Amino acid sequence: MSQVVANLPQPASLATELQQRLVEFVRLARENGFQVGVAEEIDAQRVALACDITQLQRLRWGLRALLCSDQEEWQRFDELFEAYWQPANMRSGVQARPGAPIGAGRSGKGGRPGQRGAADEADGAGEGNSADAAEGGTREGASAGEHLARADFQFLADSGQMREMERLVERLARRMRRRLIRRHKVQRQGRRIHLRGTLRNCLRFGGMPMQLAYRQRCRRQPRLILIVDVSRSMSLYSTVFLRFARGIVNVFRDAAAFAYHTRLVPISDALRQSDPQRMRDSLALISQGWSGGTRIGECLQRFNDDYGQLQGSRSIVMIVSDGLDTGEPEQLAQQLARIKGRCRKLIWLNPLLGRDGYEPRTRGIQAALPHLDLFAPAHNLRSLQALEPVLTAL
Amino acid sequence: MQGENRVGDLQAQLAGAGYIAERGLAATLLLLSELQRPLLLEGDPGVGKTEIARVLAQVFDCPLIRLQCYEGLDVNAAVYEWNYQHQLLAIKLLEQGKVNPESAEQQIFSKKYLLERPLLKAITQERPPVLLIDEIDRADEEFEAFLLELLSDFQVSVPELGTITAVSRPYVLLTSNGSRELSDALRRRCLYHYVEYPAFDKELRIVNARLPQIGAQLARQVVAFVQELRKLDLRKKPGIAETLDWAAALLRLDVASLDDDPQAVLDSLVCLLKTREDCAGLGQPEVERLVARAV
Repeated sequence: MSQVVANLPQPASLATELQQRLVEFVRLARENGFQVGVAEEIDAQRVALACDITQLQRLRWGLRALLCSDQEEWQRFDELFEAYWQPANMRSGVQARPGAPIGAGRSGKGGRPGQRGAADEADGAGEGNSADAAEGGTREGASAGEHLARADFQFLADSGQMREMERLVERLARRMRRRLIRRHKVQRQGRRIHLRGTLRNCLRFGGMPMQLAYRQRCRRQPRLILIVDVSRSMSLYSTVFLRFARGIVNVFRDAAAFAYHTRLVPISDALRQSDPQRMRDSLALISQGWSGGTRIGECLQRFNDDYGQLQGSRSIVMIVSDGLDTGEPEQLAQQLARIKGRCRKLIWLNPLLGRDGYEPRTRGIQAALPHLDLFAPAHNLRSLQALEPVLTAL
Repeated sequence: MQGENRVGDLQAQLAGAGYIAERGLAATLLLLSELQRPLLLEGDPGVGKTEIARVLAQVFDCPLIRLQCYEGLDVNAAVYEWNYQHQLLAIKLLEQGKVNPESAEQQIFSKKYLLERPLLKAITQERPPVLLIDEIDRADEEFEAFLLELLSDFQVSVPELGTITAVSRPYVLLTSNGSRELSDALRRRCLYHYVEYPAFDKELRIVNARLPQIGAQLARQVVAFVQELRKLDLRKKPGIAETLDWAAALLRLDVASLDDDPQAVLDSLVCLLKTREDCAGLGQPEVERLVARAV
């Protein structure tokens, strides 16, 4: 920074030059996914004024406080800042603006207004194009999504489609939460006067109805508990359901998720990690060294014994499994009955149910059926969407 | 150069009030007072987010007004409430005398009968106070939206009384533990600072500042132990408050060095480990290994 100051001829041009550089930096941040707008462009100037602008470190701290809005951005900020203000340290992770030479402001003599204006215009045009392209891409994505909605999860061969599906599933989980809340609000408005309570209140005021008592249907949010089968027979589906679980766990206040194969493991904390790579790593760590057949009954027993406090009158337990297991059907039935007794709803999602000609004949499933509130297919987005009303009607 | 000094000054003032802050945080706090934007503090539990507000109030020499958020927090508990009992009493008294109804009504809905809750209190102070909105992530989304409105306009409208505009703008600090994702709108309106677990040097200085009677050797060992402990895969990592608790506990048990009395260390670990899984996961051999490293 001190170099910039030294090279510039007059203080007046220093001001405009710096202003321009600051605005450009805020825009660079926006292009790199930071949640910033015009208000921040203006405030960046105020920050620069408030901080002593020749102190690079203070400028860094000030802009960091202003531009970051979560931990992930907080960690990326330094790299971005260095790439822009100290181009020698440029690293590859940052997406620089094409056509805007990062060191332009530094050369000093190149600060002729005409030239800069032209460069900015060129940039503007470039941006417009890229924005259009992005929009086109989104539209295309939407129709692709429509197609994806009916595709069976297991037939998603290439990784691009798989990622798209995972994204859609996670978004579905988030949207569910929004709907649930909206219904809750409408319910709140429709409250009615509770006559009995009002009369009781009147006694204090000599029969004058001063204090009305209201009656409202209070619907509390369900607590969702997902238990996902990650055994080999489910391997085609489990990634998708783990993403679904991630969406659920992240948006519902006290949702919980478990994975099981030969034993049951809580995975809520792993799923809550914001970085997908770290999430994958910790899930991989959790699932290390598992082998042998699936024993649903034992796992559910562990769930009942150790995590019983999660179950209550507003809990909905969702088990995602194909029902192929090597344990005793009696044990499974017994544990399901226990869950059923303590929770509001017990739902079993079976991806195989979506296949033509599949009938639930395995002993495990047969034993489970009498205890289930809902036995539903879950092989594509549509079937997951269809769950929404079931979850809402608590 | 002047700006640089002011950061240093604030840092020294914070240290004087018992809070060891790194320069980045001090610079952000300076901005908070200059830009008059709220500051959102995030970080793991126990890294001293709430403490910042307390110390800041001390440094600015102004009152600290605290609003603890919880699920179901509503406007009545956060902004204002009418004092119904007093109002009813006043009505009864007015009934005796012959007062014209209109002035009676005005009297009943006057500021005299208004109970100020933290947010209203914060904007009606003569001198700007520090307003701490603690654990905003626990409040509902509706409340967050309301808060957003308040933080941009700094005025509250009470239907019976009219709009109350801020006398002075409070310094607003929000803290969040990330139990719920905050809305982008709120994040955008705020300055942001992520408070991390302190590095060894900083934590050592904190322990020495808070527990002056602790010996240099024990302080170093305690901090080294906790720093190592945080690297383990625990369900709930110990924060600074836990470190201080543990150091105080060891002082009480007359431990001069961690390797002197392994049993005392094991017994006092309850200060650091707060879940059943962590207690079960950290066996004696593991603790001994950590002690050996720390000493």
